[in-house]
Amino acid sequence: MSSRDAILAAIRSHLPKGERPLPAVPTFEDHSPADLIEAFGRALKRMGGRMLQPDPGGDGTAPVKALLADSLLVCSATPEIAGEFDLNDVVDPRSLADVDHAVVRASCGVAETGSVLLTDGDLKVNALAYLAQHLVVLLDPADIVVNLHAAYGRPEFRERAYAVFHSGPSATADIEGVLILGAQGVRSLSVWLVPRKSGQPD
Amino acid sequence: MSERTPDDGPEGIEAQPRGARQRGSKPIDQAEAARRFLAAPRHQQQHDARLWTLRQRRDEQMWAMPEWEELRQLGSDIKEHTLSRLDHYLEMFEAKAKANGVVVHWARDAAEHNKIVQQLLEQHGATTLIKSKSMLTEECGLRADLAKAGIDVVETDLGERIQQLDDEDPSHVVVPAVHKLRTDVAKVFAATIGSDPDNDDPPYLAEAQRNAARPVILSAGAGMTGANFLVAETGAVVVCTNEGNADLCANIPALHIVSAGIEKIIPRMGDLAVFVRMLSRSALGSPITQYTSHFRGPRPGAEMHVVLVDNGRSERLGMAEFWTSLKCIRCGACMNTCPVYRRSGGLSYGATYSGPIGLIIDPTFNARKYSNLPYSSTLNGSCSNVCPVKINIHEQIYAWRKVLVREHETPFVKRAAMRAAGAVLARPTVYRAAIEKTNDALTSLPRFVIYNGMNEWGKGREMPRPPAETFHQWFIRTRGDKP
Amino acid sequence: MKIGLFIPCFIDAFFPEVGIATLQLLERFKLDVVYPRDQTCCGQPMANSGYDAEASGAEALFVRNFEGFDYIVGPSGSCVHHIRHFFTALDQTEAVRDVRARTYELVEFLHDILKVDAFPWARFPHKVGLHNSCGTLRGLRHARASELREPHFSKPEQLLSKVEGLQFVAASRPDECCGFGGLFSIYNESVSAKMGSDKVHDFARASADYIVSADSSCLMHQRGCAERGNVPIKFIHIAQILNGAAA
Repeated sequence: MSSRDAILAAIRSHLPKGERPLPAVPTFEDHSPADLIEAFGRALKRMGGRMLQPDPGGDGTAPVKALLADSLLVCSATPEIAGEFDLNDVVDPRSLADVDHAVVRASCGVAETGSVLLTDGDLKVNALAYLAQHLVVLLDPADIVVNLHAAYGRPEFRERAYAVFHSGPSATADIEGVLILGAQGVRSLSVWLVPRKSGQPD
Repeated sequence: MSERTPDDGPEGIEAQPRGARQRGSKPIDQAEAARRFLAAPRHQQQHDARLWTLRQRRDEQMWAMPEWEELRQLGSDIKEHTLSRLDHYLEMFEAKAKANGVVVHWARDAAEHNKIVQQLLEQHGATTLIKSKSMLTEECGLRADLAKAGIDVVETDLGERIQQLDDEDPSHVVVPAVHKLRTDVAKVFAATIGSDPDNDDPPYLAEAQRNAARPVILSAGAGMTGANFLVAETGAVVVCTNEGNADLCANIPALHIVSAGIEKIIPRMGDLAVFVRMLSRSALGSPITQYTSHFRGPRPGAEMHVVLVDNGRSERLGMAEFWTSLKCIRCGACMNTCPVYRRSGGLSYGATYSGPIGLIIDPTFNARKYSNLPYSSTLNGSCSNVCPVKINIHEQIYAWRKVLVREHETPFVKRAAMRAAGAVLARPTVYRAAIEKTNDALTSLPRFVIYNGMNEWGKGREMPRPPAETFHQWFIRTRGDKP
Repeated sequence: MKIGLFIPCFIDAFFPEVGIATLQLLERFKLDVVYPRDQTCCGQPMANSGYDAEASGAEALFVRNFEGFDYIVGPSGSCVHHIRHFFTALDQTEAVRDVRARTYELVEFLHDILKVDAFPWARFPHKVGLHNSCGTLRGLRHARASELREPHFSKPEQLLSKVEGLQFVAASRPDECCGFGGLFSIYNESVSAKMGSDKVHDFARASADYIVSADSSCLMHQRGCAERGNVPIKFIHIAQILNGAAA
């Protein structure tokens, strides 16, 4: 008998008796904040991330360009920002080891937790979001959903091989509870609220 | 693990207390290890304060969510439903995962799990395995087995890596090195990764580990993660970390291996929201972990394997009083709130799983070795109240005592003494004679319950003073002997 | 209303004043209180250690002694918690189930059944730290446990708030276990003593003159720790305050 069959047989012979129905899970939207963008920004800050403040005049790119001005190596997965090389050419994720700033566009944001959802489609190379020293995330404000219940209803979780919520930068408090940002992954995560260009995939 | 003797630290630096003495399958003496932990007051105070802070932050998150108790009930109901149809959901998961290009393996026990992993690594020519935190792999003793095969396993979680470099088990499911002071970490890193022995600044130490780990991560042949959840509906593996180290392990080498206990499965993506919303809030008082990763299939040109592990879980499923312990989502909230755990340190339990949840699942791994653990509890019930999936932990601790005394005599309470006590307490005239014979209830009441107990009591407390007469004597004297 | 007075074994042996206060307090409400002479113990010391069968004799005796009362009332939350929730070493006949259901701890009896809203004879002008034992708090639900998201309530607080001059002070860890835990106090002596010491220091930092509880076992343990640690705090059972004890 294979291990699979042995395990399943053992489970079947030990299943707890009695009716235990699977409950319907509510959406818990009735406690929604009035201003999703403001709530998202507050939650993002709490998780150690930051919102790039739009400049009053101009085309809105000034804060992100200022952030990237002194970067040692910019790698972008999104057309709004130009990077040093084309991610479509990358075969081995290890070749991204020297990236300083990675620029990506999120599939959505979550107001409850200040999270952004990144998929293998958004990242082109998954490791980009972890080997870079800093992460810049473009987010269309219209893509902010209220909470995780809403987020998990999205198609990315059924269509993409990899989908991840980033909620601020990499962090640890494993030594005496002292909070450290930039443990193994990115040292900073900055969100730039900018709508998708028309014609771009959702 | 070898016997550790206390380190002699330099002047002014308190040596780190080591965990329970391991003597094969002889019962672990948690109380002895706790005593040594308490004898290191700086360590004990830091440990207790840090974990109490996590409990308080958890409470703050709870108060910010009007639906908190509803979520707990949902979590419990979803898990109980799933466990009652565990075979069905595992088969669904396997079918979906396979359709997504994931290879699914099944392991009956720890040895089989380790063998499967070893074979995969050897097939891929991987001599270094980087991994993120997985209590299951601790349970299976994976690192030791792979070391015998010449495969180097490198932990990437900071707390796990500290413990690995110190040849010590993790002491907490979420914060593995919480029992260590920064001075302990500085000492370990100086001896192993060449950091400055005089610099115990946590950011410096974390940066040292980041820099030491990066080249290993970039050159590893394979990466392994655990699984916080497996979603049957989509075949997804969900991993929650704060460092992002699981994503490094999974997304760089061409081979990603997932080790998952069969109880990690949940039915739908919609169910995931319930657990993800409670996991980090319960564990650390943070709304969510910095990274919540969902792996549904391999990257182009890479492989993804899932090893589903039983190792006693199907057996536990059949235990009427204890199967609900399988609902556990490994948040560690029970450890954070447990007043005994906070003052003892996780290593005092001498088991992979410590604290309240450890007390109720460890006896299923080795009843004799862990026969004393259910007594390392005051049955106060705080653990059950913080559990996000409503495991009645303290009631199961109580139930285990009944099970264990049938088979394993507890050394500090003699069955003969209990039988004698029970017999006396069942007969009023005999009882009265015993209590009032010397008019000193202090020595007669506890004696037939606990051998030499009063010597222990007096170590940390003053003795209660015996009264002049019992209530019974007072009543007879003042109200008369009439019925 | 015929009340059976339940005097737990360690109250009988160590804290008779608590039993006396309980009896006198109940009699103040003109209740017909009977003290069954042949009672011994509720069986908790054996049962809590896992020795269920060894507790059955004491449990059976308890049922025999307390059949036929409207309520059985005792000044010990841990004992009543055992009786109502874990009294399972013997056959659960209708008589057993009936006695178990009618057993009340003193505070819950005063609060839920008698609904007492005044103690005109009571005066206790002191700073008081209220300690809810874990069995009473989480087992009998005397008050909201801090882990749960529910509205604040506290039966002992409500009763004590009717006592003239009494002032509550709050510990920083309001419902952390004090570490007695029955057998635990002997088996894991060092942790137990540390928990007790932390508890009394917490109340002392809050400037409590007295620690009051509905459980004498906790009080006995905490007093032992306080005396060993030279913490000048006094201890009193809630029955004594409500019965009009002078400090």
